[in-house]
Amino acid sequence: MPTLYYLYLSFALFFIGTAGVLLRRNALIVLMAIELQLNAGNLALLAFSRSLGDLKGHVFAFFVIALAAAEAAVGLAILVGMYRTRQTINLDEVATMKR
Amino acid sequence: MSTVTPAAIVFFGLCALVVGCAGGVALSRNILHAAFLLLGTLAGTAGLYLFIGADFLGVAQILIYVGGILVLLLFAVLLTSKVGDTRLSNPSAGLQFGVPLGVLLAAGLVYLVFTTPWPLTEAVATPMTGRPGEAFLGEYLLLFELASVVLLMALVGAMVLARRAVKGRSPDAASGGAAT
Repeated sequence: MPTLYYLYLSFALFFIGTAGVLLRRNALIVLMAIELQLNAGNLALLAFSRSLGDLKGHVFAFFVIALAAAEAAVGLAILVGMYRTRQTINLDEVATMKR
Repeated sequence: MSTVTPAAIVFFGLCALVVGCAGGVALSRNILHAAFLLLGTLAGTAGLYLFIGADFLGVAQILIYVGGILVLLLFAVLLTSKVGDTRLSNPSAGLQFGVPLGVLLAAGLVYLVFTTPWPLTEAVATPMTGRPGEAFLGEYLLLFELASVVLLMALVGAMVLARRAVKGRSPDAASGGAAT
């Protein structure tokens, strides 16, 4: 498959992820949409890595996956803590840092 | 492309899976459905990684995302949603659909097994795992170790953030004085 197709798909995925981040108010869905964005970035990295014959894209994609795992762990811990103190994870209701 | 090749069918099938499930994640009203649709997106992306020749990353994607992050997400969904928000009902289609489908699938698989001329000579695989591995332990060793430290910090941070009250204190005092 031509690299351009992978880039189209990556764009579509990133667009959907961005729409999810901007439109949804549930913090969990926002986190999932961020994962979509990271996946889109990985796809583009790998597509370019293949078309350029360069291994760096693989290495960076691996680090992106590792950082996504860290982000998910910390983000979900924050969400659970937030829910424990406020009984909601709606981002519009969690506008201040104080309870 | 004038002719439809099997590779094209697989590629566009995976594309449809990824984009369709991603749209479901972004738009679904039910947060549990969104979490399970994310599984489709991640699995489809892993298939595309394999398709693009990055077999190590494809397996890592399944291990880390599907095995780790998605399970964490499901835990968070079930921990944070009010019981009324997630409808856990699982409408079963019933035996009248399940049995014919299962019989059909079994018959198809048996047919496939006995009619396919299996290649008995081992094809020489071209592994893509060695070169990234050497890069990690050579050129990118510092970054690799940094990633380990970041993961350790994330682990400790997640534990600190999500822990219950410190022993001997009331939950309110602990959550209010998290800076201690």
